[in-house]
Amino acid sequence: MDWQAIWLSVRLSVFTTAILLAVGTPLAAWLAFSRWRWKFLVEAVVALPLVLPPTVLGFYILLAIGPRSPLGALYGKITGGILPFSFQGLLLASVLYSLPFTVQPVASSFASVDRGLVEASWCLGASRFATFRRIVVPLSRRGIATGAILSFAHTMGEFGVVLMVGGNIAGVTRTVSITIYDQVQALDYAAATQTSLFLLALSFLVLAFTYAFQRRVWNVWPMS
Amino acid sequence: MADELSCVCHTRLASGFEVHADLHLPLDRAPVTVLFGPSGAGKTTLLRMLAGLDRPLDGAIAFRGQTWFASAQGICLPPQQRRAGYVAQDYALFPHLTVAANIFYAARPGKPREYLKTFGLDDLAGRYPRAISSGQRQRVALARALTAEPALLLLDEPLSALDAAARARTRQQLRNLLLASGVPCIVVTHDRMEAISLGDWIAVMVDGRVRQCGPVQDVFQRPADSQVAESVGVENVLPARIVSRDVGLLTLEAGGAPLQAVDSGENGVLAVCIRAEDVAIAREPAAPSSMRNRLPGRVTSLTLEGPLARVELDCGFPLVALITTQSAEELELKTGEAVCAIVKTTAVHVAARSGGMDE
Repeated sequence: MDWQAIWLSVRLSVFTTAILLAVGTPLAAWLAFSRWRWKFLVEAVVALPLVLPPTVLGFYILLAIGPRSPLGALYGKITGGILPFSFQGLLLASVLYSLPFTVQPVASSFASVDRGLVEASWCLGASRFATFRRIVVPLSRRGIATGAILSFAHTMGEFGVVLMVGGNIAGVTRTVSITIYDQVQALDYAAATQTSLFLLALSFLVLAFTYAFQRRVWNVWPMS
Repeated sequence: MADELSCVCHTRLASGFEVHADLHLPLDRAPVTVLFGPSGAGKTTLLRMLAGLDRPLDGAIAFRGQTWFASAQGICLPPQQRRAGYVAQDYALFPHLTVAANIFYAARPGKPREYLKTFGLDDLAGRYPRAISSGQRQRVALARALTAEPALLLLDEPLSALDAAARARTRQQLRNLLLASGVPCIVVTHDRMEAISLGDWIAVMVDGRVRQCGPVQDVFQRPADSQVAESVGVENVLPARIVSRDVGLLTLEAGGAPLQAVDSGENGVLAVCIRAEDVAIAREPAAPSSMRNRLPGRVTSLTLEGPLARVELDCGFPLVALITTQSAEELELKTGEAVCAIVKTTAVHVAARSGGMDE
């Protein structure tokens, strides 16, 4: 089994999920609470990766982070490296690709927090941010957990975007799904079966654990 | 008056319902004001505008010299800066926090835990809101609002989540807690008993407008117009017109019958308001007495309500009398019988006639 690729995928998924929680939570809060009339445009952009072929998304990301693009040039100036075919570039692509998987469940759970509770907190003198932190986030933790797990699982399994942006460099950008593809291309079905089975078992365990955990939360807080 | 709340504002709900609130409260003299009126009169809308949760379309709100809202200057303080403790009808307790954490949510650090005892909640400190009774939730909500040290308390139907028995028990307790807190308070209710037992001052809202505002007893005894009279529970409200006025007495005609009332200078389109308990019933067209208003009529229905009997009469117009069950038995009242209704001149209150009442 290609432990190097597995380890890379896990690292990529963990970092992607962490970044998505940091970036996606404020974005989800804005989407849930803003009354801006053009908000739907932002919602559409966030949801794009759900329908766009990964190759198209990967292609644009590749163009956007290339050394001749403003972003790529800035990155080069700061770090001296380049983004395409690097772990950092892959991370950026993964974040964009999994954005809706974090933002949508989190935003919908923010929006479903009883407005009366938010107003009660305001009237008790708590600022909007304090109310968000003390009331909205704790009451949305199931949505946040769902978003994090979906993003993790989605990043573990991504293929098209990785291939477009990261290529296939062992230890740097060769993720598990690419390994499986390589193994099948090389007609090494035994290895492909082994790796696929591993991925299947891992996904199942993560999801089973999540549902078990949420069941427990349910019993303590039967809120819905 | 410096020590007061003044609110003159106007808003329109999504349904098209308009609320024109014109409210001035002397909070120093009357610590508990009841905002009273039938469902759908705009009471909650007004309370939410006071709390800063809904922005009026135009107008101004000032509390103790501080401007809370002024459409002309574009001022609208957020709820956090108004320090108005708003308690919603469903109490809005935070479900993920214990009773103690709810109560101390906005408390200054170092607030003593003994505070829970004042509200009889010390045994429940570690429970979650879903595991306590409605009455306890109501106390938690009040305690939580008070720990934030509000300058004004706004309670929306605080007892409506309780069952009838608990409501009666809780009324006096709630008034004591409100008085003990020293915080002026506006309580929304549509329940007459609640208004009487909780309030010092009352503002009556009908159809989105504050119709009358004053000490509770005054408003209940002398409603300003026929709709206020109906909403404060005056059983007999009849369109009337002036026939003559003479040495302080007013002779009116209501439903074809002459009625005398004390002349307090009313004019215009009028209604008479007579409380059912002020109507006496006699068998005969009565011997001479000090009672000026004698109205012959027929009993149309008789309902026993415990110690009291509610007698509906037809005296050319419907008239309700409330007499003791004992009297009803002694008079041997039966449906369809001819009787005479007697009303003291001073019990006939003349008020302006408001919308929705035809001659």
